[in-house]
Amino acid sequence: MESWRRSPKTFLALGLPPTAWLLLFFLIPIGIVWAFSFGEKVGIVDIDITGTFANYDRAFEAVYLQIMVKSLIMAGLTTLVCIAVGFPVAFLITFAPARWKPWLLLLIILPFWTNLLIRTYAMIAVLRTNNGFLNMGLEAIWDAADAVTGLFGLAALGAFQPWDILYSDAAVLIGMVYVFLPFAVLPLYSTLERLDTNFLEASLDLGAGHLKTFFSIVVPLAGPGIASAVIITFIPALGSFLQPDLLGGTDSQLIANVIERQFLSANDWPFGGALSFLLMYITFIAIAARAFLTRPNERRGSLPA
Amino acid sequence: MSDDAIVRIEGVTKTFAGNVTVVDRVDLRVGRGEFFALLGPSGCGKTTLLRMIAGFELPTDGRIVIDGEDMSTTPPNQRPINMVFQSYAVFPHMTVAKNVAYGLKVEGVAEAEIGPRVEEVLNLVKLKGYGARLPNQLSGGQRQRVALARALVKRPKVLLLDEPLSALDAKLREAMQLELVRLQHAVGITFIIVTHDQKEALSMADRIAVMESGKIRQLDTPERLYEYPSNRFVADFIGKMNLFEGKVVTREGARLLVDVTGLGRISVPHEDDIAVSIGVAVRPEKISLYRARPADSAITLQGIVTNLAYLGESLQIFLETESGNQLIISQTNVSRSGSGAPRKGENLWCSWQAADTLLLQD
Ligand SMILES: Nc1ncnc2c1ncn2[C@@H]1O[C@H](COP(=O)(O)OP(=O)(O)OP(=O)(O)O)[C@@H](O)[C@H]1O
Ligand SMILES: [Mg+2]
Repeated sequence: MESWRRSPKTFLALGLPPTAWLLLFFLIPIGIVWAFSFGEKVGIVDIDITGTFANYDRAFEAVYLQIMVKSLIMAGLTTLVCIAVGFPVAFLITFAPARWKPWLLLLIILPFWTNLLIRTYAMIAVLRTNNGFLNMGLEAIWDAADAVTGLFGLAALGAFQPWDILYSDAAVLIGMVYVFLPFAVLPLYSTLERLDTNFLEASLDLGAGHLKTFFSIVVPLAGPGIASAVIITFIPALGSFLQPDLLGGTDSQLIANVIERQFLSANDWPFGGALSFLLMYITFIAIAARAFLTRPNERRGSLPA
Repeated sequence: MSDDAIVRIEGVTKTFAGNVTVVDRVDLRVGRGEFFALLGPSGCGKTTLLRMIAGFELPTDGRIVIDGEDMSTTPPNQRPINMVFQSYAVFPHMTVAKNVAYGLKVEGVAEAEIGPRVEEVLNLVKLKGYGARLPNQLSGGQRQRVALARALVKRPKVLLLDEPLSALDAKLREAMQLELVRLQHAVGITFIIVTHDQKEALSMADRIAVMESGKIRQLDTPERLYEYPSNRFVADFIGKMNLFEGKVVTREGARLLVDVTGLGRISVPHEDDIAVSIGVAVRPEKISLYRARPADSAITLQGIVTNLAYLGESLQIFLETESGNQLIISQTNVSRSGSGAPRKGENLWCSWQAADTLLLQD
């Protein structure tokens, strides 16, 4: 870093393009949206920035508040499931034989190689009622169970009733977990990788079982990694609109769908801007909470995320 | 077969993937209440052997019997054994007291009993009043005591220590050596310590197993290992040794007549049978120096002082004989003035008793 300061011209030459890029395509647009959020729509494309708080007032109307709360709950549930499922996965990869590790990690990041839209459409094929892979699987199990009960002379189970899961909140949740799971696994893995196995051995040595060791030693020491995984899952989950759009029912829309609609179909940019910024403030609070929660952990000597 | 061995290792072998045999048919018995040391150079398999006793590695072959029970495949949390890790592995997210209490909690010891037992063991390792501290508020030496307390509080039958002092500075390490011996006497638990520091092993242990490439080369008391090493490796590994090549000429009753390169024929007391080609060895402090040829000594050599190393309590003199042999001689600095000490380039006589000469095979 020192040498950069001593040759300011190189520093400038290398630093200017990305700075200009960020300014032009990130900060300025976001500033414009922020300004719009205090404006009024006066024509089809004209917006007067009047400094009004009307858009924010509207955002706190019951219908939107309800959707916001539901979005928080859905993002929270997604995060919870991703951590609960991702932790054991990360743990297994950490302790897998060395030559398997790269392949297992590859499996985790493999979904990124396919477009999000296509992956979400694929979930339709999995979840749909007729000829969905989920229902086909369930039917096979049902038939097998039916055959077994028949074998023991018990009453037949009856015809298989397919599960109408597609176009519901449950389908949205499944879709979100499916998309965000790798986001949770990777930071958890990077923390667990650096966990000194002596801590685990010491716990076993002192008489603890594997489960006790997992919850009393591994989880607390992985605290910062868990916090990272939570943030990195929760924030994009809160802004997801594709899954509710494609997998959800009419009442499954989340806050990001509302925002999208303001900018596209409703053409109400001021209101869309206000909602966007409210969402962003929630994100900031989440990040601040993470910083606040992990600081004492680092002081206690657990691993950085 | 009941005897006083608390740990019995019978033909234990460990082969890792890729067919590397790290521990090779090791047999040993550790007595009840003994302070036992595994000593050897880096990579000789000490840690692997210790980890097999603790249960972190399973032997490829052989048996590990603990207190009369075959525990070769018993998981570590079910062995009456505790370990102090080289890195200490003190849980960083728990206070000292919580660290120490952890093993009792998982064992299901009554809450009312845990408090006093933690107090007691913290007293024992001289950490009274440190219970509420977090590990990162402790020095390395104190963290090590926590690791010790955490293991001792479980009242194991055997305590394993993997290089417990290697992370401490020289002064603290010496103090802790005495401390560990005191502790071991106080609690009466069998200690098995792994170290590559021969001084540490010699000063602490009742018996030492010297290992090389996965095999035990000698198992003996510190005195016997130093004065009667049974092979070249042990002679060379423990302390300093002057080594000559020799050939046995003939046996003369309880003595052997040996032809030594650069020394001539000498007669050395040696009862046992030995190979023809042997090493002839003598410790540096067994050799005396003279300015004139000594009258009566059995083995006498002349040489020039090529170098001197001042070690504080002793002076090491490097002598090169006419035949080109290099000798190290150690003299205690008994007086402060150092007058009469050998000088570089001086021509001196040295001699030692035949009884202090060792004959080593392999
Ligand atoms: N899990 C393993 N897989 C393969 N080889 C191993 C494994 N663990 C240890 N080894 C090898 O076994 C040999 C002995 O290792 P060990 O740790 O027992 O040595 P050590 O005597 O304790 O050495 P040090 O004094 O350096 O700690 C080393 O060569 C090491 O590379
Ligand atoms: Mg070792």
